[in-house]
Amino acid sequence: MSGTLLLPPLLTGAQVTVELTLTSTVLGAMLAFSAGMARGAGPWPLRLFAATYIEIFRGTSLLVQLFWLYYALPLIGPRIDPFVTGIIALSLNIGAYGAEVVRGALLAVPRAQHEAAVALNFTARQTLWRIILPQALPEMMPPLGNLAVQNLKDTSLVSMITIADLTFRAQTLRNLTLNSIPVYSLTLLLYFAMALVLMAGMRGLERWVRIKGQGDMARA
Amino acid sequence: MMYGFHWDLSSPLAFAWSILPIILIGLTVTLEATALGFAFSLIIGLGLALLRRARARWIAWPTALVIEFIRDTPLLVQLFFLYYVLPQYGVLLPAFLTGALALGVQYSAYMSEVYRAGLDAVPRGQIEAAAALNLSRARAYRSIIIPQAIPRIIPAMGNYLVSMIKDTPILSIVTVMEMLGLARIIGDRTFRYLIPLTLVGALFLILSMSAAAAVRRLERALPKTGIPLR
Repeated sequence: MSGTLLLPPLLTGAQVTVELTLTSTVLGAMLAFSAGMARGAGPWPLRLFAATYIEIFRGTSLLVQLFWLYYALPLIGPRIDPFVTGIIALSLNIGAYGAEVVRGALLAVPRAQHEAAVALNFTARQTLWRIILPQALPEMMPPLGNLAVQNLKDTSLVSMITIADLTFRAQTLRNLTLNSIPVYSLTLLLYFAMALVLMAGMRGLERWVRIKGQGDMARA
Repeated sequence: MMYGFHWDLSSPLAFAWSILPIILIGLTVTLEATALGFAFSLIIGLGLALLRRARARWIAWPTALVIEFIRDTPLLVQLFFLYYVLPQYGVLLPAFLTGALALGVQYSAYMSEVYRAGLDAVPRGQIEAAAALNLSRARAYRSIIIPQAIPRIIPAMGNYLVSMIKDTPILSIVTVMEMLGLARIIGDRTFRYLIPLTLVGALFLILSMSAAAAVRRLERALPKTGIPLR
């Protein structure tokens, strides 16, 4: 079977993979910032909560988390749509890894910057938005970019909970045609292409953050 | 599979206690797969790193592309590729070996970067000093560069080892009966997924946290100045 016949179903799956990646990367980034800031600078109950979340989701395997949410959670809680389950698991997982990046970048801002902000009578909020974040954001962008690619690769696991993503389509096609080599080669190439686009996008975002950060600092 | 094992469904705690021995058998498979996969990744990664550093561009550039390709595509699809394609070429491996090989291939891309970064981190002056002392290239690597690169390389490798432990459950998808695979079978037989899956999650948490702590201790214990060969 030629590649032209294999490509349309794989592209349909790739579209689902793109949706999963974008949604869970954005949600994961929000989680990463909330948990990272809470753990780095929050009051102690919030700090403890954030630390527990980060350790649990970094310390256990994504596939275990996915199966737990898919098989175990409905037994004690709500029954959730598989697609939503997949997005929740991916976001929680990548959010925990991102939180450590955010925390590290916030801690890397020199102490003197905090002291200078206090000396200039900045409020806590102004210090965060005008002084700390413009310096910390460019530092966290490269590792966050790596995590976005990691997240794209991780989406392949949701095929195990019946979501018809690229990997799921590849499995179906292989079982149908028994043509393993073209099916999986095309699938790998599609993932590679998506990763390259994602990396280019993250580099663009990084450049924007750097320029924007310098502008904010200049105005502050 | 699992003949001779019995579980006690009288209470959640009794159930957890009765399936613990089965899950612990899975734990040994998890550890074995990690150990073998790690060994594969060290060897393949070294090969990739050496090819990447080759003077000839027609070797170095395609190698860089291969490393990037392996690193940016999912482990699960690579695993399926090996699992279904190798037998077509007459290479019939047990699922466990295929799984460990897939882990090794995926992580070899990361390892090649670890080797490269470790060697590049040795200050340029050290290499110049070796040249000034008229040491041969081989001698400079053996006595000057590699001993100083090792303390930088080992912690990074340790971090990937921890990460690999958490990727082994993916092997259960191609019938390797490690912890998660066994937990799912128990769940299928008893219709109780909560306890087996929670137990597996807790064991992974203990495993990865203690492994990460061990890597941190090792990192502190390594001499910063270098480890001489022999």
